[in-house]
Amino acid sequence: MDYSIKIGGEAGQGIQTIGDLLAHIFSKAGYYVFTHQDYESRIRGGHNFYQIRFSDKPVSASKRKIHLLLALDKESIPLHFEELDSTGQVLYDSSHLKDKFEDPRFLDVPLFEIARTKGGSPITANTVAVGAVIGMLGMSPEIMYDLLKKTFYKKGKEVLEANLRAAEEGYNYAKEKCLACNFSLASFSESKYLITGTEAIGIGALSANVKFYAAYPMTPSTGIFNFIAEHAEEFNIMVEQAEDEIAAINMIIGASYAGVRSMTGTSGGGFALMVEGLALAGMTETPIVIVLAQRPGPATGLPTRTEQGDLLFALFSGHGEFPKIVFAPGTPEQALHLTNKAFDLAEKYQVISIILIDQYLADSQWSYSKIDTSRLIYKNYRLTGEELQKIEVYKRHLFTETGISPLGIPGTSTHLIITDSDEHDEEGHLIEDAEIRKKMVEKRLFKKLSLIKKEISQPLFYGAEDPEIVLICWGSLYGIVKEVVDILKKDHPVCMLHFSEIYPFSEDKTWQRLLEKAKLVINIEQNATSQFARLLKMETGLTIKHHINKYDGRPFLIEEMEEKIRGLIKGF
Amino acid sequence: MASLKDFKGLTPAWCPGCGNFAILKAFNEAMVELNINPHEIVIVSGIGQAGKFPHYTRCNTFNGLHGRTLPVATGIKLVNPNLKVIAVAGDGDCYGEGGNHLIHAIRRNVDIKLFVHNNQIYGLTKGQASPTSTKGMKTKTQPFGVISEPLNSLLLAIALDCSFVARGYAGKVEHLKSLIKEAILHKGFALLDILQPCVTFNKINTYEWYNQRVYFLDSFYDPTNKVLAFEKAMEWGDKIPLGILYKKEKNSFEEQIPVLKNGPLFERPYYLEKVKNLLEKFK
Repeated sequence: MDYSIKIGGEAGQGIQTIGDLLAHIFSKAGYYVFTHQDYESRIRGGHNFYQIRFSDKPVSASKRKIHLLLALDKESIPLHFEELDSTGQVLYDSSHLKDKFEDPRFLDVPLFEIARTKGGSPITANTVAVGAVIGMLGMSPEIMYDLLKKTFYKKGKEVLEANLRAAEEGYNYAKEKCLACNFSLASFSESKYLITGTEAIGIGALSANVKFYAAYPMTPSTGIFNFIAEHAEEFNIMVEQAEDEIAAINMIIGASYAGVRSMTGTSGGGFALMVEGLALAGMTETPIVIVLAQRPGPATGLPTRTEQGDLLFALFSGHGEFPKIVFAPGTPEQALHLTNKAFDLAEKYQVISIILIDQYLADSQWSYSKIDTSRLIYKNYRLTGEELQKIEVYKRHLFTETGISPLGIPGTSTHLIITDSDEHDEEGHLIEDAEIRKKMVEKRLFKKLSLIKKEISQPLFYGAEDPEIVLICWGSLYGIVKEVVDILKKDHPVCMLHFSEIYPFSEDKTWQRLLEKAKLVINIEQNATSQFARLLKMETGLTIKHHINKYDGRPFLIEEMEEKIRGLIKGF
Repeated sequence: MASLKDFKGLTPAWCPGCGNFAILKAFNEAMVELNINPHEIVIVSGIGQAGKFPHYTRCNTFNGLHGRTLPVATGIKLVNPNLKVIAVAGDGDCYGEGGNHLIHAIRRNVDIKLFVHNNQIYGLTKGQASPTSTKGMKTKTQPFGVISEPLNSLLLAIALDCSFVARGYAGKVEHLKSLIKEAILHKGFALLDILQPCVTFNKINTYEWYNQRVYFLDSFYDPTNKVLAFEKAMEWGDKIPLGILYKKEKNSFEEQIPVLKNGPLFERPYYLEKVKNLLEKFK
């Protein structure tokens, strides 16, 4: 069992509400779910869609073929009919689309008429649609009713009951009328976790005890801001919407100096503004975490779409030389753990952690039967009060064996915490002395970086034991490449090497031997210039000859990537 | 009890005769008179001669970037409301590069004291015009003289309903000290613009020029009257008023944040269990 549903329509029609409800129904029913969204940078109109794949086996990407198209506007039909499987069905409302299709693959459900007769507002048509989809699938409606009760509970009895009646009528109508529907679902099992990349980063930050979040809203990072703000009171977090990204990064630097873990989130243009502040954090050795949610550039680019175009920008951001740790999770689960790790390493080494995600990972929903929380850690590396007072002569930037100086919290003892964006002495006062300058560079950069390398995990290996073909990818391409490996390994000894801890490279280099041994290495990136392959060459000297690049702002689909890889294998 | 010795910092690298020396003296004496200890204060500064100020007194110091003083100060105060947070900036730093941050810091009304060392010139980069330079002032980068209007920061602050707006002068140290003390004791954002002659580069706004023009607002002046405050803020030329031009009682930003009610954020407990419970809600 492996079905895909596409909900197409204009912005503002409730595509997200319907998609989100359906995804949660499937997940609660125990199916594995993967969703991705496609939307334009506008509030109303245009064409958007929400694609849901659900199966009784784990899924981690979208397919081109769909089995059920819910067409909320007329445009959805010519745009997506070709994608429909031969046994697929289109659900539409002829009175709303002002068009009638006399084809057994079309099911006309009077969504708005039902919404009206069941006492709901026109928006209740969305609930009718959810009911109709569940009816077409022949799925038992109990879970849907439970979820609707939870969703509409706060809106009062009247609204809740209208929605339940509407869902029931939609369900019955579709079940009865869809004679050509031929879906066969696996039975219900234990409900799954359903989580987006955005939510996973939010929880990762909470698990690391984030206490300050400042940002300027920018798609696709805003969801993280919303998530943290929603939980601010419960978790004692100060959240502030800064006047611009320059203020945001400087605020979190101030907050970190004052004693707490702090974070910001932005996208490329906002990150460009933060770069000055990044160097400030580097010089003052102030730990901070930045989420850079990539979208296609340059400049405003495609604001709501996806790309992995900022890897080298993130890596080389900031004037001067100072260490940064760059993470690029591939799944929500990795996002949770790497966010936790990003905070830990940032504070342990008093450096900057950057978490690279993209629109695709931010918005995608993944389901898990289990999420491992045993690896989540929180260690406080800061000194306060008596602990700090015990140090006889406190120097914020003290030279040490490891390069890590005591990080004290101001105001908690009589010791003064002094730091400067100018080069400074151990105490933190500005200097021009050549010898101290040299020692400070060595402390900040070389000593720490060599220790950080030891903390970085090897890339993730997945696939054939003794591979002849190696697919290299990073960040959000994990799910697609993994599924493609599953398909291809029946015919070829193929594996994936996925990088989520991007920089510095891990000290353990066993994975490099895998590349040297392989007959065919293909680098896959969602950008035009193979940025990761360039980094790989810079760090290891290895040159990759074969590349698959996608830079139209849309994510890879499984069939598409499979064809591209098969093409390269054939030509090899 | 704090003493002046406690506030003795590094030897200043300012030009002899610089107005900054008087500001430093007034500041240190004000702290001692208010019995504030060095570790209870954080001075945040940016770049410029004023930016070096915290190194020349003794306290917690964050000397950051040009123009970015206020966001850093905001971050510090919003994490630990118990700290006395002072932002020190020059006119280029705060009114030029950091102009946007000034507007929003006033809007927030975080309990930060902003002392602007206003010498109407860029000193550290050797004598270009600043946002407060007199129209017509010729410099190497303004060969035809300054064309833009000078920024009237006090007028701007009053228009934004800033809770404390004052002007001091480095040539009147005792008065300046009293303004620093009033600003520190005030609750909310305080802007203290300090006229500070630059003896090396500003040949127009000299001590002599100021001494002929400045006067103190007297005890009959009502700083809560906004219309009057606007009038006084517009007075510039033959007569320049010194003192508190405008004052308004209002809640500080941090007072209105529920999570800051219990003191510094680093003292708040951490529970991984709570995070795990939240994760369960995704099932």
